[in-house]
Amino acid sequence: MAVAVVAMVLQRNLFSVVVLFAIYSFLMATVLVALDAVDVAMTEAAVGAGVSTVLLLGALHLTGGTEAKRLQRPLVPLVLSIAVGAVLAYGSLGLPAFSDPQAPIHTHVAPRYLKDGPQETGVPNIVSAVLASYRGYDTLGETIVVFTAGAGVIALLRRRRGRR
Amino acid sequence: MKDDIILRVVAKLLMPFMLLFALYVQFHADFGPGGGFQAGVIGAAAIVFYALIFGLRAGQRLAPDWVVEKMLATGVLVYAGVGIAGLALGGNYLDYFVLGADPVSGQHRGIFWVEAGVLLTVAGVMLKLFYMFAGRGRGAGEE
Repeated sequence: MAVAVVAMVLQRNLFSVVVLFAIYSFLMATVLVALDAVDVAMTEAAVGAGVSTVLLLGALHLTGGTEAKRLQRPLVPLVLSIAVGAVLAYGSLGLPAFSDPQAPIHTHVAPRYLKDGPQETGVPNIVSAVLASYRGYDTLGETIVVFTAGAGVIALLRRRRGRR
Repeated sequence: MKDDIILRVVAKLLMPFMLLFALYVQFHADFGPGGGFQAGVIGAAAIVFYALIFGLRAGQRLAPDWVVEKMLATGVLVYAGVGIAGLALGGNYLDYFVLGADPVSGQHRGIFWVEAGVLLTVAGVMLKLFYMFAGRGRGAGEE
């Protein structure tokens, strides 16, 4: 994955950047499978590697294949992103250890979902039960966000076409 | 890519399996990983794949533009409608317990319709974005 990222940054030909991006997404999907998050992995493989690659290729078709020359030295953005990354890494030190059963997230409502979920909803897959039933409001919000984003893009692209 | 016989044959062979897998992910979500989001993107990816190989026109014959546009809004309305149905049957908003004869079958029914709403919206947004991007190059380029 690191190789793909470095190659992506160094590469000037945007077509190969898009292909590297797809490779990165597939590697990310395998990482998610290894973390037992199969449904997230499915989404990553289909959206990250599939549909967004197609959309990026479509955008390339409209704009042309090579990156524009840089206007200035990328020193300030580089320092800034390294600083932000360092702060995030420092923050992750304060997190509980990976798969620690005593972590706050595992002691709040999760045990109740795991214990009572199958009886209350009759759905053996707890992820589905939490997503659609216990957290129904959140999922409704997510669906509305997806809808709003799609409607916004439609509105933007339509108006362009009309003006031409 | 319309003239490449290997791509055409492979695409025709794979299409039923991709769509079937999307449906499997949708309706088997009670027992295995999956759900509306995943099924929506897999189904949309299958149609995008078909449109890439056989041309945008063929893809739009498979999933017409106006249907896709309606799917966007229908999904949200189905989801919100499940909530309203819960209200009408005497529960709280998005309460599924009241939807069936007993609480567990009510939950099943509620989750089923909610997932169907998510599927419609997600697949609709994906396809619509693809159609808009692909359709814009149409005026200028070959493809």
